[in-house]
Amino acid sequence: MASTEQTNTEVGHEGGHASGVFPPFDPSTFGSQLLWLAIIFGALYLLMSRVALPRVEGILAARKAAHEGDLAEAARLRAETEASIASFEKALADAHAHAEEIGQSTRDKLNAEIMAKRKAFDAELTANLDAEEHTIAANKAKAMQNVGEIATESTIAIIQHLTGQVPSAADASAAVRHVSNA
Amino acid sequence: MAAESEGAIDPIHQFVIEPMFHLGGLTVTNSAAYMVAILVVASFVMIFGTAPKALVPGRLQSLGEVAYEFVADTVRGSAGHEGMRFFPLVFSLFMFVLIANLIGLIPFTFSVTSHIIVTFALAAVVILTVILYGFYKNGLHFLGLFVPSGVSPVLLPLLVLIEVISFISRPISLSVRLFANMLAGHITLNVFGGFVAMLLASGTWAVILSPLPFAMTVALSALELLVAFLQAYVFAILTCVYLNDAIHPGH
Repeated sequence: MASTEQTNTEVGHEGGHASGVFPPFDPSTFGSQLLWLAIIFGALYLLMSRVALPRVEGILAARKAAHEGDLAEAARLRAETEASIASFEKALADAHAHAEEIGQSTRDKLNAEIMAKRKAFDAELTANLDAEEHTIAANKAKAMQNVGEIATESTIAIIQHLTGQVPSAADASAAVRHVSNA
Repeated sequence: MAAESEGAIDPIHQFVIEPMFHLGGLTVTNSAAYMVAILVVASFVMIFGTAPKALVPGRLQSLGEVAYEFVADTVRGSAGHEGMRFFPLVFSLFMFVLIANLIGLIPFTFSVTSHIIVTFALAAVVILTVILYGFYKNGLHFLGLFVPSGVSPVLLPLLVLIEVISFISRPISLSVRLFANMLAGHITLNVFGGFVAMLLASGTWAVILSPLPFAMTVALSALELLVAFLQAYVFAILTCVYLNDAIHPGH
């Protein structure tokens, strides 16, 4: 203890460290401490305010700018992606619409064709039918005429057989017409 | 500290300031050497550490950035954007006090902030800055700091007196708080550490009790680590609060 106290006697400027003085309250060390504090704190202040803090400020600003740049780039890329998705969907929708259109027009064309063919066929059929009906009517008329002739001839034959007289063809046909009209 | 191994506890010895060598006309004491160490550590972190200027910081640069942002947020929060002109001062004070406190926690070292003259000088820097800037920026209006508004004229003299006393006590409380915390913490640590040495050296059954003060020393070391940081923070934030008074003296 005593020896350590001895080594403390040369402290500060006055060098008069009285034994028993509580070191933090020993005024003989104040001058030295204040001097060193002024030097060191001054140097610290200069180094921090001139070198360190502007540098850290620069680093933080650069990082902030980089982050914002990255975010802007990401937003731009996302917008681009969304635009391309939208254009793809539009193309898809257009293609759908186009296909629908082609299908519809083809269907319409085919329907029209079918209708035309059907109409032509119907017309043909009707014409044929009319022609046949005409033929039938003609045949029927002819047949009916033949029937009159046959009746007249039969009448002549019957009268000849019954009376022995041969009536004229005109009388016979008049008589037949008279009977058939009654 | 060597004295303790002989059995007696001398918790005051760690605060003694001794000359180490002479540099020209200047006496380099242990206190001075530790101040230089503070400057070296602060420069190492804040200048060497930030030298890469990396976009993705390494450990040391992160430490520097964290320190910067921590103090910057403190200044902005307490003194506003105008207070940022004092940011280098507050930052230097914070770093000086923090590193001094942390270095002092290493066993057998010296704590610069355990001397009242150092903490008082730092507090005086703060208060002088407040007073000089307060008058420079606000002129005599700065004295409005001592006149609370909306008080009846009867009470006003009393309140002005209280405000003046409170202002005068600021540098004292600012310096004594830091000094006393460091002093008390180091004495306590030293006493409990000394108990361990004493019990181990006693050579009797009391040796088995030595883990108890040792555990206490460990716990106190953790507490002192907290105190070391907290006192630096308190010093910085009170500096900001006082500077805010100089910037906005109206109550």
